[in-house]
Amino acid sequence: MLKVLYFARLREIFGIASEEISGVPLETVADLKEWLAHRGEVWSCELASDKVVRAAINQEMATDVDKIHDGDEIALFPPVTGG
Amino acid sequence: MRISVQEDDFDVGLEIDALCKKQTRIGAVTSFVGLVRDDFEAPIIGLELEHYAEMTQKALTNIGKEALHRFDIFDLTIIHRFGYLALGERIVLVVTVGSHRSQSFQACEFIMDYLKTQAPFWKKEKTSRGNIWVEANKKDDTAFDKWNLGKVKE
Repeated sequence: MLKVLYFARLREIFGIASEEISGVPLETVADLKEWLAHRGEVWSCELASDKVVRAAINQEMATDVDKIHDGDEIALFPPVTGG
Repeated sequence: MRISVQEDDFDVGLEIDALCKKQTRIGAVTSFVGLVRDDFEAPIIGLELEHYAEMTQKALTNIGKEALHRFDIFDLTIIHRFGYLALGERIVLVVTVGSHRSQSFQACEFIMDYLKTQAPFWKKEKTSRGNIWVEANKKDDTAFDKWNLGKVKE
C-alpha cells in the first residue's frame, strides 16, 4: 500500500489531499505518475503533460527514477515557492 | 541550530540576540528577512502559505546542517511561517553567525537559495483580481545550482 499526498495546485485540481493505493505494481515515481495520469482529464493534464511535478518519498525530495516501496508516503506537488 | 516552522510572527532582534548570546567568539552576524511584497500588475492583499507539515521541519533541518557543514560558521537560525500572511508581513528569517563576514554572508545566501527550491512551501496570492498560485521562478533553480559546483569551506 502507498499513501499518496497532493499539495497546492494539484490538491485543488484533483480535489483530494491524500489517498491510499494498493494492489498496483509500481516501481518508480514515474510509474506512479503514469498510472495516475490514466485516470484521464485533470490527472492526465497535470501529470502526463509537460508541466513540472515534483515528488517526495517519505518526506525526502525525490526524482522520477527513484524507487518506491510498499508502505511509502509519496507526495506530488508543483515546484516549491516558499521563502 | 534553531529551526522553527510556525504560524506566528517572530521578533528579528530577539532572535539575533538569542543566537549571539550563546558564545563570545562571534564577530559577524548576517540576517535575511523575506516579506510579503506587492505586485503592481495585480495588487496583493496577502498570501496563503501552504506547507507539507511532516516534511518542512525535516527539510529545513537538512538545509541548516548542510550550511554548518559547508561554511565556517558557528550557528544559525531558520524560521519559516505558514498560514495567512498579509501584505508587508514577515515570511522567513535566516540568521547566521561566525567569526568573519564572508562565510556568514555566504551561508545565509546558501540557505535561502537552498530553501527556495527544496523546502515544501507553496504561496497562493490573494489579489484584487482573485487568488493565484505563485509560479516557481527559474532564477531560483539557477541560484540553487551554483552551489553544487564545488568549493566552499576555505
